[in-house]
Amino acid sequence: MAAVQIKENIYWVGAVDWDVREFHGYKVPYGTSYNAYLVIDEKITLIDSVKAKFTQDMLDNISEIVDPSKIDLIISNHVEPDHSGALASVVALAPNAPVVCTANGKKGLGIYYSPDWNYQVVKTGDTLSLGKYTLSFVATPMVHWPDNMVTYLAEENILFSNDAFGQHHATEGRFDDDVGADTCLKRARDYYANIVLPFGMQVQNALKALGGLNIDIIAPSHGVMWRDADTIAALLKKYDDWSGNRVQDDLAVIVYDTMWGSTEMLAQRISRNFEDQGIKAVLIDLRRYHISQAMDALTEAKYICVGSPTLNRGPMPSIAGFLCYLKGLAPKGRIGMAFGSHGWSGEATGYIEDALTQCRFELQEKMVCVYRPEKQPTREG
Amino acid sequence: MQKYECTLCGYIYDPEQGDPDSGVAPGTAFADLPEGWVCPLCGADTSLFEVVE
Repeated sequence: MAAVQIKENIYWVGAVDWDVREFHGYKVPYGTSYNAYLVIDEKITLIDSVKAKFTQDMLDNISEIVDPSKIDLIISNHVEPDHSGALASVVALAPNAPVVCTANGKKGLGIYYSPDWNYQVVKTGDTLSLGKYTLSFVATPMVHWPDNMVTYLAEENILFSNDAFGQHHATEGRFDDDVGADTCLKRARDYYANIVLPFGMQVQNALKALGGLNIDIIAPSHGVMWRDADTIAALLKKYDDWSGNRVQDDLAVIVYDTMWGSTEMLAQRISRNFEDQGIKAVLIDLRRYHISQAMDALTEAKYICVGSPTLNRGPMPSIAGFLCYLKGLAPKGRIGMAFGSHGWSGEATGYIEDALTQCRFELQEKMVCVYRPEKQPTREG
Repeated sequence: MQKYECTLCGYIYDPEQGDPDSGVAPGTAFADLPEGWVCPLCGADTSLFEVVE
């Protein structure tokens, strides 16, 4: 059976996407999964669905347990198509089932699909009895869209957290202990850095709202479900640290591109300067790494250094793209620095400094050179 | 001074805190926010804010 039992009468019925490699600009080298959940109770309840192309897989999984037309209730925690993509098919099979979502969820689903569905709008603190089980809802606006909410099943202490605590990897096993805590926490950080990072304040609010709950299982919408108690504790601490802007003072990330190797030499010099001061330095060469990998690397880094040569009076496009991505994801409380080699004009480092200033980083003095670093003195430290 | 909530995302503008990251000093009433100020979290403009009772 492809559906996976979580607890008596509670099942994972989603789909694993082994082939996907990118998510709106975020590279996902390990694929992902779209997690949908089925609760068999007096009210047969579906929690979220899957990306549209996996609709039949989800319906087949549900059919192993119950005829999908018997679904009594549909919970939509999030409007984004990787989770709502199969909802229209479910509504077509079970047209009387209410679609439970936030007010922003109703607005969003109404635009993506139809304003005429049988919507039941909920807000934080509302509850719904399924029979033996009770669901309660906590709105989590801007984690990471306006429509997001999470759903808590009290009797088994399961938090259906949608994208929160998600990870992008396709795995055979559906649980954290199938894959290993270290790997899952790594994937969770990568996800946080590329999707959740701008919304630290809202994550803090959500963590406070959920603080009083007993949570035995966290069932997100991507990746594995978390059920090991120590791993859950570690994960919640990580989310608290990341959203509270607590970074490692002894970690620097140096992101760069280079035309003839000079900016790369500056990057290496900066790396050695950091190491001399007991600060671990990670070099990210954008010819080899993707900007989403750079974001993961800098999640916890106090120092973010960005380097580019000057190409046609501006930065290299790779660096311009990275800075655009960085500004949007808006890490807080960092110390930034620009660097770069140039030839006859040198606009790139000023461009980088402008961007890092817009990020509200404290700026250290930039490091520049003309053509070759070893041919002239440059600032140390 | 009254607090205002962004109806799009739930961000609370608290005049006592201001929004220093956007150059708005503590003690700035909602009505006195500069032209073009938007919710620092989701970008909603001031027309989407409601007073917090």
